[in-house]
Amino acid sequence: MTVSIGDFFRESANWAFLVIAIPTLVAGWRTVTSNHIVRAVLYLVVSLGGSAALFFMLGAGFVGWTVVLVYIGAVIILFLIGIMITRAPLGEKEELSHGTNVKAPAALLSVVMFGVIAWAAIDAYTNEMIAPFESTSTQELSLLMFDRFVLPFEVVSFVLLAALIGGIALARQDEEASS
Amino acid sequence: MTIIQFLLVGAALFSFGLYGVITRRNAVLVLASVELMLAAVNINLVTFDVVLQDALHAGQMFSLFIIALAAAEVGIGIAIVLMIFRNRQSADVDELDLMKG
Amino acid sequence: MIRFGTLMHQLVLAAEDTGHAAEDGHHAIEPGITSGALVEWAWLIVIVPLVAAFVIAFFGKKLPFKGWEIAFGSIAFVGVYGTVLFLLNATQGIVYEGTVAIADIGDFHLEWGWMVDGLSIMMYFLVGVVGTLVFMYALGYMKGDVRFTWFFVSFSLFAGGMLVLVSSPNLIQLIVGWELVGVASYLLIGHYWEDYANVDAANKAFMVNKVADAALFMGAIIMAVSVGSFSFNHILEVVVHGENGALSQWAFWAGLLIFIGAMGKSAQFPLHVWLPDAMAGPTPVSALMHAATMVTAGVYLLGRLFPFYLDVDGLFAGDVRNIIIVIGGLTLFLTGFIAIVQDDIKKVLAYSTVSQLGYMVAAMGAGAYTAGLFHLFTHAFFKALLFLGAGSVIHAVHSNNMSDMGGLRKKMPITFWTFILGTLALVGIFPFAGFFSKDEILASIKYAGGHGQDVANFILILGIAGAFITALYMTRAVALTFFGEYKGKAHPHESPKSMAYPLIGLAFFAVTAGWVNMPGIYTGFTDWLATRVPLTGIGDHHAESFDWALIVIVTPLALLAIAIGWWMYGKDKDTQAERDTFRIPVLWPLLENKYYIDDFYMSGIVRPIMGPLARVVLWIDMNIVDGVVNGVGALMKVFSKGVATVDTNVVDGVFNATGAGTGASGSALRRSFTGRVQQYAAFSFVGVIVIAVLFIIF
Repeated sequence: MTVSIGDFFRESANWAFLVIAIPTLVAGWRTVTSNHIVRAVLYLVVSLGGSAALFFMLGAGFVGWTVVLVYIGAVIILFLIGIMITRAPLGEKEELSHGTNVKAPAALLSVVMFGVIAWAAIDAYTNEMIAPFESTSTQELSLLMFDRFVLPFEVVSFVLLAALIGGIALARQDEEASS
Repeated sequence: MTIIQFLLVGAALFSFGLYGVITRRNAVLVLASVELMLAAVNINLVTFDVVLQDALHAGQMFSLFIIALAAAEVGIGIAIVLMIFRNRQSADVDELDLMKG
Repeated sequence: MIRFGTLMHQLVLAAEDTGHAAEDGHHAIEPGITSGALVEWAWLIVIVPLVAAFVIAFFGKKLPFKGWEIAFGSIAFVGVYGTVLFLLNATQGIVYEGTVAIADIGDFHLEWGWMVDGLSIMMYFLVGVVGTLVFMYALGYMKGDVRFTWFFVSFSLFAGGMLVLVSSPNLIQLIVGWELVGVASYLLIGHYWEDYANVDAANKAFMVNKVADAALFMGAIIMAVSVGSFSFNHILEVVVHGENGALSQWAFWAGLLIFIGAMGKSAQFPLHVWLPDAMAGPTPVSALMHAATMVTAGVYLLGRLFPFYLDVDGLFAGDVRNIIIVIGGLTLFLTGFIAIVQDDIKKVLAYSTVSQLGYMVAAMGAGAYTAGLFHLFTHAFFKALLFLGAGSVIHAVHSNNMSDMGGLRKKMPITFWTFILGTLALVGIFPFAGFFSKDEILASIKYAGGHGQDVANFILILGIAGAFITALYMTRAVALTFFGEYKGKAHPHESPKSMAYPLIGLAFFAVTAGWVNMPGIYTGFTDWLATRVPLTGIGDHHAESFDWALIVIVTPLALLAIAIGWWMYGKDKDTQAERDTFRIPVLWPLLENKYYIDDFYMSGIVRPIMGPLARVVLWIDMNIVDGVVNGVGALMKVFSKGVATVDTNVVDGVFNATGAGTGASGSALRRSFTGRVQQYAAFSFVGVIVIAVLFIIF
């Protein structure tokens, strides 16, 4: 099933897609360019929220809600705490990013990276449509998670535990050293 | 809906993230850029999960694992930034050049 | 495909499968117990010490005995459970194999299981009982140690690993246990890691064992691939049925490689070098690991695969037995000699252990399953006793060297008398334990020599000579430690009760353990070991009556050795120097340098690999790097001389340019080491892009 560019705008789902994707990308761009540190992180919220919305579009509701809960709920808070504790300069600050001498090659590298991925994607799926699909139920995922994927699940749990302990061990103020 | 429209969004977010990782000077924002890259990867994974009609939903599973690992990574990352800040009174990655040759 | 089933659902009773037996003249025992809660819950034996290790690691320091009570409780549980199983096996016979499926990957079935049969029950009993006494002893011995809790973590981990090993119904689990034991032994040998020599000893033990382990892996893989299963049950069924297939084609190599694996853990010549150095660990470690249990793993493995090596049908690894018996014979003879010249009391016992392990391996090589394991059984008790006795002495005089001891007979009566009992058991004097087991080994070797295994006749001579040497070095150790005048500086006193009671307990076993297998009178031990999974009978030869010809030779020889030893060392000689006046010119330096085996390994294997590597790097530095520099310099010199006559300014200019050029290239290179993480990230992404492009194009 292939489709021409003209057909793209005739499908109502694609309008919804554009409504989600454009803010996602704009927010993503502002996340890496904004000179205001708190705003950069808040743009990240928008961008991640957009990715969650894309997941809903793809029928992956559980993954979408996980992104909302874990990223937007927890990770962003961590970021904000990190910003507050490290006493980052609030307000517009140029020194949040490197100068042009770094930005120019970085932009080039990013464009090339995008080009390569886009090339690979277009090369493989030119105008191909996504076949009709049903959204994945949470029940389905949980059955797989605790049967087929139980070993990786356990491993990830262990990594989280290690990260928890490691985080405490690193961030904890050494009493003897501070006194 | 075409397949590549999702893949291109993923590619664009990944490239933005890469740009941010290289250009940001504040360590917290470098971490935020890494999160952006991981989100892009998740979009790709879920897209392919749907495209390939995987009965095992490996794509969604792995995006869930990535989310979990990303949370761990941020936790550790922020802890390290905190340590560095405590020792050097700065979260600027430019000043972390002990390995300079 | 990974499935996790509930435990009870997937219990597989192997006993159903063991109905066939009694072929080719093997005699099979009809077991009385093949099911029931007692054997189905025997996995607790394995799990409890492992769990205890973790519990001690997390909560040990807060407890009144700092974790010792948990370690002791867990090992005592194993001891009690092991004793119950041991007694039931002795009276009714137990054959059981429990398995839990862990994963199915294609045709490969990964299982965890626990064997409850004669062979493994004997090991549970040994680990449990000797372990209980040693753990009790360790409370007193390790008192005040800075890493007391950690010591018991490692010790429990070791006991658990050993039990995983001996309970294993397949080669995979056996290797898991094998490596757990290796890791625990590494931790325990290096317990006093403040001293660099101890760290070296731990590394050495680990490395030497790794060399052997590599062979074990290869052997296990060959065996499993040719049979299609890692299970001992399946492998031995192929052997017992005499199937002429893939296994019989590869039998020699599989058998040899697995034996090399066994040589590592059981410290057989020339891989024995790690064991004497392993005495760097605390003495309870030496008693449990390097005397009673860990080093018996190799012998145990040979016993587990015994039908494969016995090879009744002539299809399997029968040829390897000639290698086994020679290695065993050389080990028992050569290492016994080294024990004569050692001053460190623990090293004497260490070489003695290697020598006794040589006896066990030689017995296995002679096709004497019962004899080899019988010696394993008795040796575990009296060698643990001797080590603990030595530890008690070391604890009292604060030195390992016998030149700092002497005259402790009166000051430490319990230690002295138990040590004497252990010595008599080791030397093999009637009616102590070692007499029966060593005699049975020699009788078996003699029998093998008379029934087609010609090399055994030669080994028999080594075995008899070994008995003489054993008596000699043990007499020397006793005389130097307990008789004569005290030469040390500390004030020796009898050890505390927690250390004395285990000595008495072990002394009891050192005296009586041999009585379970007296040819012609009571041979229960033979039957206890014959209950096995698969229940096929062993088919080895075991003596029906005492071999009087051997006893008449060996016992007087041992007594003679005691007399010689007493004459040489029993007299009051004050100094080490005076004692050392007795030296045999060529032999003594050879023994003191341990046959130069360590030196051979260092200069023959380690340095040739490290040396050339260093030399290549040096050569590149000297010739290429320096060459370029020198060449440039020389060139410049010639050039400058030529130009100097014309214009000094040009010369200066050239030199300056050279300097600037060098500086510029240096700083250009330096720029790639900016210390900036983000630049590194950018470079790595450039690499990613290149690789991705290559993937897309091709």
